[in-house]
Amino acid sequence: MAGIRFQSIRKVFGKTIAANDVSLEIEDGEFMVLLGPSGCGKTTLLRCLAGLEHVDAGRVFIGDRDVTDLAPRDRKIAMVFQSYAVFPHLTVFDNIAFGLKMQGRSREDVKRRVERGAELLQLSDYLARYPAQLSGGQRQRVAVARAIVMQAAVLLMDEPLSNLDALLRLQMRAELKRLHSEIKATTIYVTHDQVEALSLGDRIAVMQNGRIVQCDAPMNIYDYPANTFVGGFIGSPPMNFLKGVVQTNGAGTSVNVGESHIVPSAMVAPALAAKTGQPILLGMRPENLALTPTQLPNTLRAHVLVVEPLGSHKLLTMQVGAEFAKVSVPPDQRVEPEDDVWLHFDADKIRWMDAANGEAIR
Amino acid sequence: MRTKLESALPYSLLAPTLIFVTLLIVVPIFQAFLLAFQAPDGSFTLEYFQKMANDTSFRDSLKFTFLLLLFIVPAQAVLALVMALLIHTRFRGHTIFLYIFAIPLGISDLAAGIAWLSIFTERGYLNSILSQLGILETPFLFLSYQNLPAVFGTIVVAESWRATAIVMTILLAGLQVIPRDYFEAADVFGANTLKRTLYVVLPLLRPSLQAALIIRTIFAFQTFSVVLVLAGRVIPVLAGESYTWYVTNRNPNIAAAYAVLVLIFTVAATWFYLKFLQTSTAEAGYD
Amino acid sequence: MRSSHSRRYISSRVLLYGSAIVLALWTLVPLYLVALAAFSTKQATFQWPKPLLPTDFSTETMEFFVNTRGVLGSVGNSVIVALLTIVASLVIGAPGGYALARFRFRGKDTVSLGLLISKMFPTAILSIPLAVAFIQLDLYDTIWGVALIHTAMALPFVVIITSGIFVGVPRDLEEAAQTLGCNRVQAFLRVVMPLALPGLAAAAIFTFVISWNEVFAATILTLRNRTLPAQVLSSLNDSPLYYRYAGGFFMIVPALIFIFLIRKYLLNLWGGVSK
Repeated sequence: MAGIRFQSIRKVFGKTIAANDVSLEIEDGEFMVLLGPSGCGKTTLLRCLAGLEHVDAGRVFIGDRDVTDLAPRDRKIAMVFQSYAVFPHLTVFDNIAFGLKMQGRSREDVKRRVERGAELLQLSDYLARYPAQLSGGQRQRVAVARAIVMQAAVLLMDEPLSNLDALLRLQMRAELKRLHSEIKATTIYVTHDQVEALSLGDRIAVMQNGRIVQCDAPMNIYDYPANTFVGGFIGSPPMNFLKGVVQTNGAGTSVNVGESHIVPSAMVAPALAAKTGQPILLGMRPENLALTPTQLPNTLRAHVLVVEPLGSHKLLTMQVGAEFAKVSVPPDQRVEPEDDVWLHFDADKIRWMDAANGEAIR
Repeated sequence: MRTKLESALPYSLLAPTLIFVTLLIVVPIFQAFLLAFQAPDGSFTLEYFQKMANDTSFRDSLKFTFLLLLFIVPAQAVLALVMALLIHTRFRGHTIFLYIFAIPLGISDLAAGIAWLSIFTERGYLNSILSQLGILETPFLFLSYQNLPAVFGTIVVAESWRATAIVMTILLAGLQVIPRDYFEAADVFGANTLKRTLYVVLPLLRPSLQAALIIRTIFAFQTFSVVLVLAGRVIPVLAGESYTWYVTNRNPNIAAAYAVLVLIFTVAATWFYLKFLQTSTAEAGYD
Repeated sequence: MRSSHSRRYISSRVLLYGSAIVLALWTLVPLYLVALAAFSTKQATFQWPKPLLPTDFSTETMEFFVNTRGVLGSVGNSVIVALLTIVASLVIGAPGGYALARFRFRGKDTVSLGLLISKMFPTAILSIPLAVAFIQLDLYDTIWGVALIHTAMALPFVVIITSGIFVGVPRDLEEAAQTLGCNRVQAFLRVVMPLALPGLAAAAIFTFVISWNEVFAATILTLRNRTLPAQVLSSLNDSPLYYRYAGGFFMIVPALIFIFLIRKYLLNLWGGVSK
């Protein structure tokens, strides 16, 4: 087991900068998720770690070894590919055994490890089959088994769940979490699915345009997004952002939103005061908004457009002034389309962002 | 860093091929031009071309080569299209028929010529059938030099028979890339099979048609063995003249002149097809 | 779409099968007839009207053909030349196909285009200067010379076909093998080759057909060491009719077998039509 260090990694494809001076440290045994939309550079970073791409600048360390110039086979890594890359011409047993055989282990050793790995992934009954005879989910397990029997220092996973259907994805997610707690390998996991990231990661590195915009524990990212991108990317439905203008007068600092104003919490007021007169964004998660029957402090007038009963909650699409917001309310809340209500903003839960650069204001 | 070695890899993998092709294709082509245009003292000369043009068979060989083209290419295009469309319907047993239609792919033009020789020769099978059907009393001399149109016809038939498979495989490959949706949409919007073929399939098939026509025309300029088998020198063609000048008359220069002529026509025809069967880039956006 | 009971449907099916059968007969009958001619007596060649059924089956003509001086030798030469061509064009061309399939590099499009163009040069324009050159290089009238030019003719096909085959093997598989301890060569041999083998076999067979059937160059480049087509062509004017029939049949039979063997790959033969 070993930690990983990316040092100022730069990778360019033609005119696109896939990785733009990226630095990241991952601890031994940590499950690190690289999260972002397609094209953000997460897969590039993973492949640079694997040695499947050459970096244009920067160094990569596994443990205290500089592996930047080493071939994949010399880096002591194991990888699960998005397409699984399970060899069609070999049986499940031979697939899982492939890396072990390449290491020149004895037959008994290989057999023992393969059987143990198959047991962990519930493949024991399928060892003699060929991949074409397996379902997609089973093939994915073969890919995972093949990787974990290597007992490598580092385990890499490139969107391993994205080709599975929704139910399977849910199951495999839980299994992967359980696996990680058992084998405790340092794991880098790439995904564009923020639910997977929140569920699996010890830490999440959110990437955009070749850079890491925020790297932190899942709940910290959820509760304190670094900018509008992160706030909008994490959480489903995404964070609402309403426009406002900072105003400071004798009564203190407040933000004008439409015709009303919202009073920020005392902790963040000084930072906001520095931006008096400037436009600002008010970030609020749908589940943190509440409907009130009357006008209270820190409420805005809103018009209900759509009500979606989703079982565990109702998702409302509201019009606030000239903008739209999504609100999540308990399933038994009485609300109909075309209702006019008051929307309450809990000052402690508001995340303020600079309208110019999208950065959070703390 | 190992990038330097890695980036040289594709070039070193391709090098043997490129060297071989250069030595055995590019260099001979230059040499052919030299043979055709270079006098013994090294100067540029049109003497060989003049001799070629003044030869009695030259005009005829030009005429017949182009006539063959004119008859064979359209006939084959239609025939191959019908075959390809038939197979594409995937009717039961279509794989067997595909194999049958494709058999001529493996048959050399020499063998094809001989097969049709057995049919068209004076005491051949066609005459036998026709006499048994009572249509003929004495055998019809398909291959006699006194009956040039008939001889020409036999060559057209034999060549069409042989090379249709080539055109068919190209068209079929192109057909299979067209998403089924387009066929179904045409059906839904009221097109019968003929209309659908004319207005939907053929336009979408244009790139394949273009490729097929180019390839078939290029080969048509090189028609050689079939003519020799069925007609000897009664019907001269460009490639045949090239062969005769080299082998019989031992004159590599005039033979090369004919070969250069064939090359020029080939290039011109390709350019012609590319220009006039061009798919506009907007249309091609579908792939 | 159509109810299976409608008259239109039935008549369109009849038309379909009917046309298919007619076209199939059109293809098969000449083959049958030349086979018939090859397996009749020498006399029967001149018989008229000819019987359309094999009533007089005889191997006389075939025996005459096979025993004619030079024929068996030419068959042997054809086989050797074809085998040499296969080995040479695969060994030289397959790596090129792999390079085109896996790498992006400067000049790649030029190379592809160049190969496509080189497919189209008339055999005449290649073989005449080569004949002249071979005389000086002592390669004239050798099977090596013929194999060389056949390889040159086959190389563009082989590169393009193998490139298509290698593209069909997902790059992921090679990368997975590399992360599991293989270097590039091992990954290629253990993962790509097994999966590419059927396609490569088809390419080999297709190359065999090209070489076996090639007439012009083989005739020009040989005098005594002829291949089968060269033998038949050069004796066209001097040989009796039945000799020609037997020769034609001899050349056709392998075609039937080969096309059957590669029938799955028939649609991929011409490479870059539909990418």
